[in-house]
Amino acid sequence: MRIVIAEDSVLLRDGLTRMLTGGGFEVVAAVPDAGQLLQAVADRQPDLALIDVRMPPTHTDEGIRAALVIRRQHPDVALLVLSQYVEESYATDLLSTATSSVGYLLKDRVAHVEDFLDAVRRVAGGGTALDPEVVAQLLVRRRDDPIDRLTPRELQVLRLMAEGRSNHGIVAVLKVSPSAVEKYVTNIFAKLDLPPTGTDHRRVLAVLKYLGS
Amino acid sequence: MVTGRMPLYGDVMTSADLTSRRVSAVVGALWSAPTWRATRNVLAAFLVALVGGVLLGGLGLIWWAAIDSLVHWPVGGWSHAALYGAVVAAVPVLALWSVQGLAALQRSRLHTTLGVDIPAVPRAAERKPWPIGPWLAAATWRQLGFHLLSLVTGVAGGGLVAACWLAPVAAIGYLGAARPPAAAGAAAVAAAAGLLLAAPWLARLVTRADEALARALLGPGHHEELALRLESLTRSRADIVAAADAERRRIERDLHDGAQQRLVSLALNLGMARARFTSAPEPVRQAIADAHDEVVLALAEMREFIRGLHPAVLNDRGLDAALSGLAARAPLPVRLRVEAPRRASPSVEAVAYFIVSEALTNVARHARATQAEVTVTRQGDVLRIAVTDDGCGGAVPPEGDGPGAGTGLRGLAQRAAAVDGTLTIDSPPGGPTVIVAELPCES
Repeated sequence: MRIVIAEDSVLLRDGLTRMLTGGGFEVVAAVPDAGQLLQAVADRQPDLALIDVRMPPTHTDEGIRAALVIRRQHPDVALLVLSQYVEESYATDLLSTATSSVGYLLKDRVAHVEDFLDAVRRVAGGGTALDPEVVAQLLVRRRDDPIDRLTPRELQVLRLMAEGRSNHGIVAVLKVSPSAVEKYVTNIFAKLDLPPTGTDHRRVLAVLKYLGS
Repeated sequence: MVTGRMPLYGDVMTSADLTSRRVSAVVGALWSAPTWRATRNVLAAFLVALVGGVLLGGLGLIWWAAIDSLVHWPVGGWSHAALYGAVVAAVPVLALWSVQGLAALQRSRLHTTLGVDIPAVPRAAERKPWPIGPWLAAATWRQLGFHLLSLVTGVAGGGLVAACWLAPVAAIGYLGAARPPAAAGAAAVAAAAGLLLAAPWLARLVTRADEALARALLGPGHHEELALRLESLTRSRADIVAAADAERRRIERDLHDGAQQRLVSLALNLGMARARFTSAPEPVRQAIADAHDEVVLALAEMREFIRGLHPAVLNDRGLDAALSGLAARAPLPVRLRVEAPRRASPSVEAVAYFIVSEALTNVARHARATQAEVTVTRQGDVLRIAVTDDGCGGAVPPEGDGPGAGTGLRGLAQRAAAVDGTLTIDSPPGGPTVIVAELPCES
């Protein structure tokens, strides 16, 4: 799998390159700013772009804006955005145009190599990877209240779904039976007036759209 | 026996010494620096006062004449009446300019001749509506008063001083031209000498009066001085708040680009080592694992610390965006509603952010609440921040002096006051507690 990295810190750029290479990925370009990122994506046609949010010249949200441009111009490129702080408003921007093959994680998460590589694979495979902090912030922002109808357990399941976990993953985290998770998920959809659909990823997207509304 | 004679010697010399000192002081004053400074000032004051007197007197005369002509209507018909009317209207404006211009001239004279700086009163000159506003200000009338009184201190005082200095010339002229009898001549010489010796003292007296008058009438009065001081304090406080804010932003940026990146990199490397060296001896693996766990904790702490210093998103996207993170990280469920379409100044936004932050910290620490609600609304030029919790209540307002007269709440009140805002706390025993901060923000 071919990856382009955009990160202004040399130290981290090298570290990420080594980690991804070690994890069996091919890093085709590693660049320090958004302009070079767009160029690299156009030239190398990677499968995934790993993007830092705060980059030169303004050190604000270059990465988010570049990600939106990439999604528009190269819809097949998966996007994984990294940042020292995750912000709900950046997440909302990102999710407004990209609801699949997209991830937004705290930079801290690179410390746990296997989890991080899993997130990269998930996003590259068309799924999502949202930091628990992002999910928490999105939940704070909900304008309507149907979520209040959820039980604490269902809310927990919803959060895990929003982070991009499959039923299998939720079973592992909550240590409950698969059928129990199925039941929670069905209840959640019923309470949120969302028609249940087949695949994991459409469920998550439906939930995310709801959270972002 | 020198030591025995010393006190005696001193006593004997005293009266003679005193007399000779007096004489030398009186004569020496004739060419001492203060005398010349005072004389120079008196002469300058004389000239300026003369110009001012002529100018203001002339304007007054013209004005009076025009009014008089209008009163004795119809002298000379409509065209004349229009001219008189124009003069009546124009003179107050010209007089205002004259009063202000002369005041400036007098200030610069005092600065040049005496080194005395008298601050101007800009507020009076800028009062609206022009030109009526400035005429309603006490300062303008005080200045006019100074110009009139300076006819006494400047013209009369200056004339007297000049006359004293010129007395010997007059006496010599008198002796030369009139050839008076000896007695009259001696009297003239004595009078001239007396006047000459009095000149330094008179010059200094007039200068002192001039300076005292100027301080009382040309400078700002008590109210204006307070107003000026208030203005400068307000400005300097705003500068301090903004500077502290900018400093926090700079530190945030430095830490973000420096220490934080290094820690992430370290965590990444230790993470890789931990994943790779699974076959290393147990103590080595344990050491790597410990270091890795430690650096992950350090990263989280660092993030919290920097976020508390100044959230970058606050600058970038404003209060609304920044509060999401705050509400999400609070240890209890927080409902957030922000309706502030227009952004406030960076200082006000920072204060609002920290008020919410500290209020939520207080709620988590003391209120025993199950949930909290944060509402931020903009009403005209006021940003209103309300933090409500369903806890036990009984929070002590910052001005209270109970045992818990909370340092936290006092901190909130101080933050609000730093931008001229107010903080009110309603916290009956049993709750709920409502903390409301209202921060003025210029539109």
